[in-house]
Order: sequence, then C-alpha cells, then structure tokens
Amino acid sequence: MADLRSDFLGIKSPNPFWLASAPPTDKEYNVRRAFEAGWGGVVWKTLGLDPHIVNVNGPRYGAIWGADRRLLGLNNIELITDRPLEVNLREIRAVKRDWPDRAMVVSLMVPCDEESWRGILPLVEETGADGVELNFGCPHGMSERGMGSAVGQVPEYIEMVARWCKAHTRMPVIVKLTPNITDIRFPARAAKAGGADAVSLINTVSSITSVNLDTFSPEPSIDGKGSHGGYCGPAVKPIALNMVAEIARDAETRGLPISGIGGITTWRDAAEFIALGCGTVQVCTAAMTYGFKVVQEMAAGLAQWMDDAGHADLAAFRGRAVPNVTDWQYLNLNYVAKAKIDQDLCIKCGRCFAACEDTSHQAIAMKEGRVFEVKDEECVACNLCVNVCPVEGCISMEAMAPGTTDPRTGREVSPGYANWTTHPNNPMARAAE
Amino acid sequence: MSSQPRSSGSRTAAPAAGIAAGRLPPEAIAANFADIAPRLTPHEAMVAADRCYFCHDAPCITACPTSIDIPLFIREIATEQPLAAARTILSQNILGGMCARVCPTETLCEEACVREAAEGKPVEIGRLQRFATDAMMARPGHPFSRAAATGKRVAVVGAGPAGLACAHRLAMLGHEVAVFDARPRPGGLNEFGIAAYKAPEGFAQAELDWLLGIGGITIRQGVALGRDVKLAALRKSYDAVFLGMGLGGVNALEVRGRKKAGLRAAVDFIAELRQAEDLSALPVGRRVVVIGGGMTAIDAAVQSKYLGAEEVTIVYRRAQARMSASRHEQEHATDAGVRILCNAVPLRLKGNGAVSAVEFARVIETPDGLMDSGETFTLAADQVFTAIGQSLGKLPKTLATERGKIRVEGPGRTSVPGVWAGGDCAAGGDDLTVTAVAEGRDAAMDIHRALC
Repeated sequence: MADLRSDFLGIKSPNPFWLASAPPTDKEYNVRRAFEAGWGGVVWKTLGLDPHIVNVNGPRYGAIWGADRRLLGLNNIELITDRPLEVNLREIRAVKRDWPDRAMVVSLMVPCDEESWRGILPLVEETGADGVELNFGCPHGMSERGMGSAVGQVPEYIEMVARWCKAHTRMPVIVKLTPNITDIRFPARAAKAGGADAVSLINTVSSITSVNLDTFSPEPSIDGKGSHGGYCGPAVKPIALNMVAEIARDAETRGLPISGIGGITTWRDAAEFIALGCGTVQVCTAAMTYGFKVVQEMAAGLAQWMDDAGHADLAAFRGRAVPNVTDWQYLNLNYVAKAKIDQDLCIKCGRCFAACEDTSHQAIAMKEGRVFEVKDEECVACNLCVNVCPVEGCISMEAMAPGTTDPRTGREVSPGYANWTTHPNNPMARAAE
Repeated sequence: MSSQPRSSGSRTAAPAAGIAAGRLPPEAIAANFADIAPRLTPHEAMVAADRCYFCHDAPCITACPTSIDIPLFIREIATEQPLAAARTILSQNILGGMCARVCPTETLCEEACVREAAEGKPVEIGRLQRFATDAMMARPGHPFSRAAATGKRVAVVGAGPAGLACAHRLAMLGHEVAVFDARPRPGGLNEFGIAAYKAPEGFAQAELDWLLGIGGITIRQGVALGRDVKLAALRKSYDAVFLGMGLGGVNALEVRGRKKAGLRAAVDFIAELRQAEDLSALPVGRRVVVIGGGMTAIDAAVQSKYLGAEEVTIVYRRAQARMSASRHEQEHATDAGVRILCNAVPLRLKGNGAVSAVEFARVIETPDGLMDSGETFTLAADQVFTAIGQSLGKLPKTLATERGKIRVEGPGRTSVPGVWAGGDCAAGGDDLTVTAVAEGRDAAMDIHRALC
C-alpha cells in the first residue's frame, strides 16, 4: 500500500489532507471529530486579538449549484474566529495533546504592527501547535480593517510581517495568499523574501454569488443588503491550480514549499495539486458539503491510484507536472491533432455539431441518420466538441503522425519542435542563425 | 413512468358470478383509479429536466406529431420558468396537458430521446410536459389571445381532440367557430375514451373549459352530422367546414352466439366507466375476455381488472409483437394481472342466454393470412368486450373515402371544396390524440390561408 505520510516543513501528518482554516476548524469539538474521521491535520480557524470579532446574525453563505443541486461554488462572509483568544488556545492545546500525530497549524490575523504579532506568537507556541499560517487572504470584512487580503495585496506588507513572525517564533511560518491580485508570483516572492517557510493558496475569491430578483439584494442577503464574500469550492480549482503552478515554476520561488488549497473535492484533485508541487493539500468546501467522512475517499483513492501508478510515496510524484507547465510561446506549433468521433459510443445528440457549426470552425458534418463526422480539412483540434460531448471518451483528439499531410493546411506534419518564438508570423521572432 | 401500487383489495364475500358491481371495496377501487403517473414535484422536475442534453435538431421534436420544441420547454423548466415552458408546448399543441397524460411517449418522443439510446432511460418528457402544462392551467385566464376579428365563420364537427385543436387555432386567428358535437358532452375520446386513471379528477373537462377561454368558440351538443345537420347546410351557412367527428361505429364480432347477453363493445364500456359517478356501482364480469390488440383492448382489460374482475384475458389474433398497443401498455396490462393470449380467433360464444364461455381457434400467421391450426380452446367468461376496430359510419356521398375513412390531401383537404377533415375520421396518420391535435391545428392554418 502506498505511503501517504507527509512531512511538510518538519510538520508530520499521516496523510497530506488537512482541513483548511475555516468554519470546520473553529473549535475543539469539530477538530476532534475531524481527526477521528481521518484528517491528517488542520489549520485552526484564524485567531485574532481580543475583543473577538462578531459575525453577522444572518446568512453567511451563498452558493451556486450544478445538476441536482450539486454544490459547485460556495461563498462566505464569515470573519475570523468569534470566540475569545484564550478559549481557542486552550482547546488547541487539548486537541494537540490528544492527537500528537496530527498536524496542528494555527491561522493568525492580527493588525499590521510588530507588537501585535510579537504578542500572539508565543501564546500559540505554548499550545504545542506545529506551525502558524498567516492569513493574508481573507477578502471580506477583515480586509476593510487593514487585515487579511489588504495585507496580501501589498507584497511589501507580506514581506514585513513574514519577517516579524520569523523573528519572533521558532515555529514554521506559512503565508496564506489571496488570489485577488494581478500576479500571484509577487506576493509569493515577498513571502519568501520575508523568510516564510511556505506559502498556502488560494484563499477565497471575492465574489457575489447571485442577485435576488425580487428584492434586488445580492446573496447572501443581510436585511436587504449584501457584501462581497469569498468564493471557494470546485468552481475555483482551476484558478488555484494555475496560481500554484505559477509559484512552483517561477525562478524566484521554485522549491518554496506549497500547501495547496482551492476546490479540492476528491483524491484526484489532491493528486493534481501534489503533482504541481504541493506538499500538503487543504480542504474546506468538500467537508462543509459532505461532512468529515470525505477524507476517507480521498485517502483511499489517492493510495489506490499511487499503487496503480507505482508511486511509493508522495515524493514520488510531487511536482512531476511542474516541468510541463510552460508559457504559450513555447508550445509546439508542429503538433497537429484532429477530433475523432467514436461512432459506436455516439448517442447522436448533435451537441458537437451545434457547438462547432455555430461557434467554432464548421468542422463537423451532420449526415443522414444523424451521423456526425469530423471534417479533417476544417478541424483545428480546438477540443470544444470533446468538452461539450455528454459521453466521456466518445470524441478524442488524435495526434497526426509526422510525415502525413494536414488536410486543413495542406502541409506535411513535421516531426520537429517549433514554437512561436521562431514562427515567421511573429514580428519578434528570433532569426534562425 | 412509475405507477402507483394498485390494490386487488380484500373481498368481503365469495366473488359473485356473472356481471356485478362492487367487486372490490370502494377505497380499493378509488386507489386503483387514482392518477397513474402523478405530477412531478418541483424538485423532481428539476432533476428530470436536467437530464435533457438540449440536442441539436432534436430527434424528440421530429418524433412528436405536433413538433413541440421539447428541448426548449425542458430548458425553460430547468431555468424555473414552467409557464414559459407551457407556452412553448401549448403554442404547438393546445391539448398538451392531455397529451402529456395519454401520449404513448415510449413510442414517440421518449423512444427518440438520445438517452434512450445511451442508457435505456429517456428523459421523462411526458411527465415534464405535464409539470409545465399543469402549472399553466393552475393559473386563472388563458395564455393566448385572439387576432382581430376576420368576420369569417367556420363550422367544426366534433368536439374531440381534432375539432378542439382546430377550433382553438381558428379562434386565435380571429375567426368565429361553431362546434357541433353528437354526444351529450364535449371532449370526444378525451372525455369518453382513454383509461380513467390517465386523466382523473375531471381533467378532460377542465382542459376543455380552459381551452374555450380563448373565446369565439360555441359548442352545440347532441348534433350529429347527417342526422341533425347536413354537410351541405353547413357549407352554405359557414365559410369553411372542418370534420373531426372521429369514428362513431364499432366493428362487430361476426361469430356464432353473438346475440348472447354479456357481449359488449369495449368503447361503450370505457365510455360508461368514464362517465360513472360511482365506480363501485359499475358492474363488471367475474371472468372477462377482451378481443383485440389495441389501446382500447388494453384500457378495457385493465379497467375491468381494477374494478375487481377476477380473471381478465386479452385475446389477439396475431403475434404479440404485432399488437398495436405499445410494449409499455402491454406490460402495464400484464402488471395489472391481465393475461394476454395471442394467435387465437373467437369461434363462438357459449352460454344459455348469457355468455358463459368463448371458444377460440388457434391460428397460424402466414403470408397468405391467418390459417386455422385445427386446435381450439375455451375460456370461461361472463363478460366479453370487443375491441376490434372502429368505423366511420354513414358519410355524405360527396366525400371521397379511402379504406373507410375520409380521404384528405395535404393539411386535411377533402374532396369537397371548403371542407377539411382531421383526426380519427380522416385517412392517414395513427389514431392518437396527439395526431388528431396536429391534424386539427394544421387544417385550421390551411383554412385560415384559404379564407384570408
């Protein structure tokens, strides 16, 4: 059986699945039950200074759904913990004492001055916690008070606070990044420059989930008004994967440990984040949707896949996808593919035809008896037909063999690699010398 | 289609021989005749609607005789606009509510559904259609309005599906419509035919009232063509005439002993059942034999069973695969406890005054027709229903016919100028409610073109 044990910055956990700092990790009762269910670790919900903050007394969450009300995206306007600091610290200590093999990281958010950080760090250390995560990501509420994403959107602040924290604690310091920024590499570089041991991302995406068309209030609505919340769940996973990849392959941050967060719902999602370089993965929405038990599917599924693929431990595939993430300009323009429709699997819905005919390249023919066939002379291999086909595996993209002629361009498929940097249509092309 | 559990009830006494009422307790009969496929709840509708792929040039539309834009109306349901969905349906098929209940969807839209090919489980188009049309009919008012009056008057003969669809479309286009119907109540087979559990709680009448909400349609009951009013007179008084009176006659069983009591046309039994105030007062045989292989045979057999008949057997002369009742309907009958015997024809009714048994000959189907195998068998029966086809009856001689029905060309044009026909009385098409609606509607459009 594959070894799922994780060692992240020296923080050990029996598996890489941590619960992210969020409502599921707000208190002892939850965290004990999470550990009983099998979670490898938690990031305790963000602590702040007393007097503790308050939350709204109306709805905190909004959502969007897919088929059969499957929750695809969740938005929240909950703030950091709304319980006294001392209560949280006491509970963290008690849980860590009883579950020493599980990762216990504590999320922190205090005002942007050195005194505040110097004051809270020893208190956390005393609990026996394994590390801290600096919450520079929360996009709602706290950001209005100069904390959360208000810090995370200014690389200089990130670096400054990270440096304070490294100076005032022996614990590993993880900086949690906000995606509400133009280029994720800058805050990551700042975290590294400040001495942070790792980054975790993404925090939630600023969002309004919907507008009530009777009251014209955004949702969730508090007495007729709404405020942007933080969006998470399966819908944000592609955004998170990209940001993780950007940091993993950036020359300045390459090798910086990453804890991946963002829409991780199944073992497969987790494996993808790890393949892009993540040392652990953090989960929230999946647990909030299905309960703590989901970790059992994640752990069993990941181990099964690792066994099947021959990966003995997490390190065996961690970061394996990173070298394959590149800039568009380096993609091989000599690679030519064509869509192929498996007529035995085709159920004749015609969605590929509608999509291609109406919105793409008119490369699918609709023939007598609802037979749909690709016109190779028109097909640019855009993949839209694959994506809209309701039958998995019915349409595939097949690479053309070098030496054959692409009927669309009339050119022979070249076995060599050539990209945009040398393409004759590129005014900036380097002369081939 | 999920049917509710049907009750065979607990009998209070030994089953009475002959034809008797109250074979089951009233509550058991009520349960048996309850809505066979209750309306989807909003959540069920959302889940069902979500399964639609919104196919390009969807095969379900092609399969629908009225060409309802099914993917569009299902998408409207999925986006929480059942009234918009109902408009999409009703603009093509004004009796979309009844068709949602009685259409053999398993041989029409749902058979064509790509999910049927993919997984053997089509989108529940019929039930979704009912969800939308029920939502519309639960609202007061009528969703369509009439065009400016044209000053033209059209006579419609028959207030069944074809006549009503024709009348509604004509009224919508601004014409004045006078409907003449032979029965005591309008509705045709929607009111007097089809199984009661498919359209319970007076749906046919409610839909008719709703349809008439368009205005401009008057209906006169008890007026039969030929008997009470002549085609020539209608042609003289109106700008156009549409004939949609269905099939008034039934094919008779030509066997020995046919005068015996207990032999009855299935359509008469079904009509009586549909009009009965109290089903537990409706008599039915202890052992019932139904002769025929179509929907009427199924409806008569199943409803006999539901009334408490102990043994019900359908006897069909050809192989089961050739029954005109759909496979789904056949299964519905066998699920209800009806036995289906095939390749047998009745020879004679036995009994002293009242029928007590039917003797059948086993037959073999050959390219030259049915051949007697020489083998016979006898089924005990105290009630025998015939469902071996219906006929048009007497027609004005000026109307050309084709295999016993009114010959039509294009959208229902008969051989007589100014006279159109549609529905069961017209040649061509299958004898379905939905086909009748399509023919009535299309004739109305053609009449409109001819008049304006």
